[in-house]
Amino acid sequence: MEIITCKDITKKFGNYTALNSVSLSIPKGEIFGLLGPNGAGKTTLIRIINQISLPDSGELLFDGRPVKLSDVEQIGYLPEERGLYKKMKVGEQAIYLAKLKGMTTAQATKELKEWFVKFGIQGWWDKKVEEFSKGMAQKIQFITTVMHKPKLLILDEPFSGFDPVNVNLIRKEILALKEAGTTIILSTHNMESVEELCDSIALINKSNLVVTGKVDDIRRQYGNNHVEVIYRGLEPISLALAPVELVSDGDYKGNRRAVLDVKPGATSAQILGELIKGNDIVSYQELIPRMNDIFIKLVTNN
Amino acid sequence: MGKSKISVIIAREFAIRVKKKSFILTTLLTPILFAALMVVPGLIAAYSEEDEARKIAVVDNSGVVMPYMQSDSQVEFCQIVGATVEELKEGFNNLDYFAVVGISAMDSSKNVSVVTYSKKQLNMDIKGRISRNVEEAVEQHKLQGYGIPQLEEIMEDIESDVKLSTYTLDESGEEKVSKVEIFMVIGYIASFLIYMFIFMFGSMVMRSVIEEKTTRIIEVIVSSVKPFQIMMGKIIGVASVALTQFLIWIVFTMLIVTVAGQALGLNEAAQTMSSVSSEVPVAEITSAMQDDGDSLLQALKDVNYVQIIGCFIIYFVLGYLLYSSMFAAVGAAVDNEADTQQLILPITMPLIVGLFLMLHTFQYPDSALSFWGSVIPFTSPMVMMARIAYGVPAWELALSIGVLVLTFVGMAYLSGRIYRVGILMYGKKPGWKEIWKWLKY
Repeated sequence: MEIITCKDITKKFGNYTALNSVSLSIPKGEIFGLLGPNGAGKTTLIRIINQISLPDSGELLFDGRPVKLSDVEQIGYLPEERGLYKKMKVGEQAIYLAKLKGMTTAQATKELKEWFVKFGIQGWWDKKVEEFSKGMAQKIQFITTVMHKPKLLILDEPFSGFDPVNVNLIRKEILALKEAGTTIILSTHNMESVEELCDSIALINKSNLVVTGKVDDIRRQYGNNHVEVIYRGLEPISLALAPVELVSDGDYKGNRRAVLDVKPGATSAQILGELIKGNDIVSYQELIPRMNDIFIKLVTNN
Repeated sequence: MGKSKISVIIAREFAIRVKKKSFILTTLLTPILFAALMVVPGLIAAYSEEDEARKIAVVDNSGVVMPYMQSDSQVEFCQIVGATVEELKEGFNNLDYFAVVGISAMDSSKNVSVVTYSKKQLNMDIKGRISRNVEEAVEQHKLQGYGIPQLEEIMEDIESDVKLSTYTLDESGEEKVSKVEIFMVIGYIASFLIYMFIFMFGSMVMRSVIEEKTTRIIEVIVSSVKPFQIMMGKIIGVASVALTQFLIWIVFTMLIVTVAGQALGLNEAAQTMSSVSSEVPVAEITSAMQDDGDSLLQALKDVNYVQIIGCFIIYFVLGYLLYSSMFAAVGAAVDNEADTQQLILPITMPLIVGLFLMLHTFQYPDSALSFWGSVIPFTSPMVMMARIAYGVPAWELALSIGVLVLTFVGMAYLSGRIYRVGILMYGKKPGWKEIWKWLKY
């Protein structure tokens, strides 16, 4: 089941096409990475999902049916460029934003108090944002994004501006929200967090969708089907009848490391069965490319 | 859902402004200022009347001036015969005179010189009076020296001629004259206030739009509420701040004037003045009252205050709505206040033209220019306020208000389209071409 389905969404600004017939689905309960270089059209797509702007053509489904205006109450959006009213007290401001998402003052107050306790910032309620550092303000922003318990969270670079301790705190909260069933769209340039957090991704480049799917599938798809074998000894690897071609072999941190190109259709059992006969194997693993490499490859090829 | 969210926005826009110290101060202090303006001239008048006339000794060596020294309730000129100025000066402390005036004998060109001695500085009024009286005496004396036959009739003739011409300018009798003046004052104040408030509260809207854009909170808000609702919520919120302020001003001013008036025994004056409402500058009325007395009071009572205050509020609200949506669009188009200067010109120009048209309207309330100025929506709030006190046919009023409402609706639509695109655009400062393109996005 998908929470968001985009069908052939096109958006133009004058002569400039910001999104060109983009189709993708975001499965419920997943963390979905929305990737792409700067200016690719990510923000435009996020704004269309948020109903900030309307697509020129194409269809947007929310929860399997065409979007309604009230769906925005089911969405929490943390934009990349974000801020708060400087002169307004934190508590008042958070309640105001919650009311705009359809909560009552009582609900919002209760929910906020819990979050303030969770983040250990109870003393901030009556402070003005102008007294805060950027990181402190970011915490408030995160809370105001999630406090109305949205079904869909859109986080644009959620970790920027945080120190490592707080990055960890936010990461924990994101995973907890996922556990609780929230679907999360994560837009980021940090490929490590994509590998770590995301189940699926979509990569957009120059207004077009380049690839979308499960992270593991994509990494395999863009891998060149190599395996890495670490083994003890001084001799080059003995391949015996293993269905592979040797790519490289050499010393590696006191052991030796060989990279092998797997022949089509061969299984790991077949390969290992042969290798184990003549080598003292320490580790064996598929070499799947880093998201970073896939990103660079896809973006520069286009 | 839409309605409740716009009310959340209105509530915030209202609350943050009303809670500000500067709002509380201006709202509470201004009525005190208004009231002071109303009460103080009355107080001065009341207390100065109780004073005894000041006695001023006059030693007239010319022999012609004294008959022209006119005494009244405030100043009494007493001719001293048989004493010199020097003697009076020396014995000043023992004498009950406020001042001593010495007038020299006439010189060869029939002029006199005047010296005054006093303990306290003579005020402008007394000084002016002495020199006017002496000048008149000398002029008269010189004129008589020419031996013109029937001089007095000639003088009288000339004088009445002058008087007549001032009245013909004002078309009608005295009562009407004073009425027109009071209408002018009321109209002037009302339309100037409208100009000022449109500017003040309109730029308040603009600054608030810029603030939301520069702090980047707008992107979060716009993901919950439609941009048009945000804009209208802001405009209505600020309008309710303005109306609250007016209401407090009117009520407080009346309250203070009534209370202070009763406490100080200025009952009648205070009552007249509180009925005048806060839009009338009381200094002018009081001074005018002293001059013209009853006919002017009558004129003040004849003014239709309900109509004027009603129209003032209608034209302020509509004019503000029209202009503030333009202010909001400009605020959305720029990243900071310094960039507004070029874009704000199309807003300030018609406002200033309206102000000039209003000045014209006072002299020619029924001219074609005044008529069109009071129909064209960008100037009508100011120009119509200037005409209203003179009396405007109902159809013209209806036409003017109708056109204003329609223009506001159209302008709000256009501004909303600019606003919607502008609030999410950062970086380069947009030109007119850019903004024109936004209208079509």
